[in-house]
Amino acid sequence: MLLEIRGLSSHYGRIQALDDVSVTVDQGELVALVGANGAGKTTLLRCLSGVQPISAGSIRFDGADITRTAPEKRVALGIAQVPEGRQVFGPMSVDDNLRLGAYRRQGRQMADDLERMYTLFPVLFKKRELPAGTLSGGQQQMLAIARALMSNPRLLLLDEPSMGLAPLLVAEIFAVVQSLRGDGVTIFLVEQNAHAALTLADRGYVLETGSVVMTDQGHALLADERIQQAYLGL
Amino acid sequence: MAELLQYLFAGLTSGAIYALAGLGFAIIYNASHVINFAQGEFIMIGGMATATLTAAGIPLPAAILAAMILTMLVGMALEKFAIEPARNADVVTIIIITIGASIFLRGAAQVVWDKEFHALAPFSGETPIRILGATLMPQSLWVFGVSMAAIALLWWFFNRTLFGKAMLATSFNRLAAQLMGIGVKRVLLVSFALSALLGAVGGIVVTPIAFTNYEAGIMLGLKGFSAAVLGGLGNGMGAVVGGLIVGIAEALGAGYVSSAYKDAIAFVIILFVLFFMPNGLFGKKGVDRV
Ligand SMILES: Nc1ncnc2c1ncn2[C@@H]1O[C@H](COP(=O)(O)OP(=O)(O)O)[C@@H](O)[C@H]1O
Ligand SMILES: [Mg+2]
Repeated sequence: MLLEIRGLSSHYGRIQALDDVSVTVDQGELVALVGANGAGKTTLLRCLSGVQPISAGSIRFDGADITRTAPEKRVALGIAQVPEGRQVFGPMSVDDNLRLGAYRRQGRQMADDLERMYTLFPVLFKKRELPAGTLSGGQQQMLAIARALMSNPRLLLLDEPSMGLAPLLVAEIFAVVQSLRGDGVTIFLVEQNAHAALTLADRGYVLETGSVVMTDQGHALLADERIQQAYLGL
Repeated sequence: MAELLQYLFAGLTSGAIYALAGLGFAIIYNASHVINFAQGEFIMIGGMATATLTAAGIPLPAAILAAMILTMLVGMALEKFAIEPARNADVVTIIIITIGASIFLRGAAQVVWDKEFHALAPFSGETPIRILGATLMPQSLWVFGVSMAAIALLWWFFNRTLFGKAMLATSFNRLAAQLMGIGVKRVLLVSFALSALLGAVGGIVVTPIAFTNYEAGIMLGLKGFSAAVLGGLGNGMGAVVGGLIVGIAEALGAGYVSSAYKDAIAFVIILFVLFFMPNGLFGKKGVDRV
C-alpha cells in the first residue's frame, strides 16, 4: 500500500472540515475522490501535503508515518500536488515554473526532465519564456501538472484539474491523466466532475460534508443509483 | 551647472544607501509581508562595528568582514527568536515586534558601544575629484560603486539561481512554493540574513561620510522605507529607483530651498505616495493576479 490515511480529522478553527476519513491508494492505482463543493476534498489534499493541521488520525506513505512530516520533506519523499486553481507562479516564466517543480531534485537530470515535459505538453514549449500568468486556463492547468511531474513523484495528487475549463479542454486534461496512469504514475484524483473521474478510476470514494460515505470500484460507483442521483444528474 | 552637479553627486551618494535599505525592506516584505522597521539598525550595526573595530586597531578589510558577519547574525537571530515564534500572529503584530526589536537593538548598541559618534577613515583618501566645477569625494564613489555592485549581485541571485527563484516564488504564491518542496522557514531566515547584509554594507560605506552612533539607523531606515514605498513595496528595482529619487530630491531640496527641510522631504514623499499612489511607482498590478 503506497498511501494509507486512517481516521483523519481536520478543523479550520472550530469548524470541522474532515471527520474520521480513511482512504488507501495502492502502487500504480488511480483512485478518485468525488464530492460536492465544500465536502472537504481540498482539505484532505492539504493534509496529505502537510500544509493543513491534522486534529486526529494518521497518514502513512510507503510504510512510513508522515503525519507530522514537514511539507518540503513530503515532496522529497515523492508526494506532489497539483493544487486547486492551478496556483502557477504568475509573473515567472513557464520554464522557471517547471524548474521550481524540480526544486527538491536540484541539478539531477533537470534538462532531460524539462525536455520530457515539453514533449508531453508541446504548447508549454512554445510559451516557455512567457510569464505563466499570461497562459490560458487550460494551459495553466497543463503547466501545473507538468510542474508537479518535474519532481518525479511516486504519488500525484490532483485537485479538480477540470475546474473552470471548457468541455473540450476538460477532455484533454483527463486524457493527460489517463496517459500518466498508463505510464505507471500512482494518482489520487479529487473531482466534483464525478462522471469523468469515476470513469477513469480503478476505485472511488464519495465524500460528503467531511466524511467518506461510500467506496467501491470506479465502474460500480458509476452504476450505483444513489451516486447517479446525487452526483451524475441522472 | 556646477552647483546642480554638486547636488546630484550628494543625492546619488545618499540615494544609493537608501536604495540598499529599501531593497532590504523589499526582500523581507516579499518573503513575509512584514515591514521590518529594524532595517535601519542593520545599517547602524554595520557602521558602528566597523568603526569601533578599526579604532581598536583591526585592519579595515577584517573589520568590514567581521561587521558584515555580525550584522547578518543579528538579522538571523531577529528572525529566529522574534519573528519565527510569532509566525501565526497577524502581520501588524509582527510589524510591531520589529519596532520593538529596533528599540532593543539601539539599546544594545548603547551598552555594547556607547552614545558617542564614531568616525571611520575614508577608504581611499580625501583628495576631492573635480568634475565640471563640482567636487566629488572618493568615498562617494565607493558608496555608489559598492551599492550598485551589491544590487547587481542581488539581481543575479534572484534571477539566475534556483534558490533565489524559490524565494521569489514564495513571495508570489506561498502555498504553491510549499507544494514544490520549498522550505518557507528557510526562505524567511535567508531573507533576514540578506537584508541585514545589505544594511551592513550600506552602513559600512557611508560611515566615512556621515559618522555613526547608536541612533544613526533611525533616519536611514525611514528613508529606506520611503524608497521602498515609492518604488512599490516588494518591488526590488522599484526600491532602487525610489532610493535614488529620494536621495536626489533631498539633495536638491537642501541645496535650493533650505537644508533645514532635508529630512522632511523623505516624509513628504511617504505621505504623498500613501495618499495618491498607494502602489508606488512600479507597484504590482495584473500579471500575478490572473
Ligand atoms: N480557509 C478556510 N477557513 C475556514 N473554513 C474553510 C476554509 N477552507 C475551507 N473551509 C471549509 O471547510 C469545508 C471543506 O472545504 P474544502 O476542503 O475546500 O472543500 P472542497 O474542496 O470539497 O470544495 C467547507 O465547509 C469550507 O467552507
Ligand atoms: Mg476544493
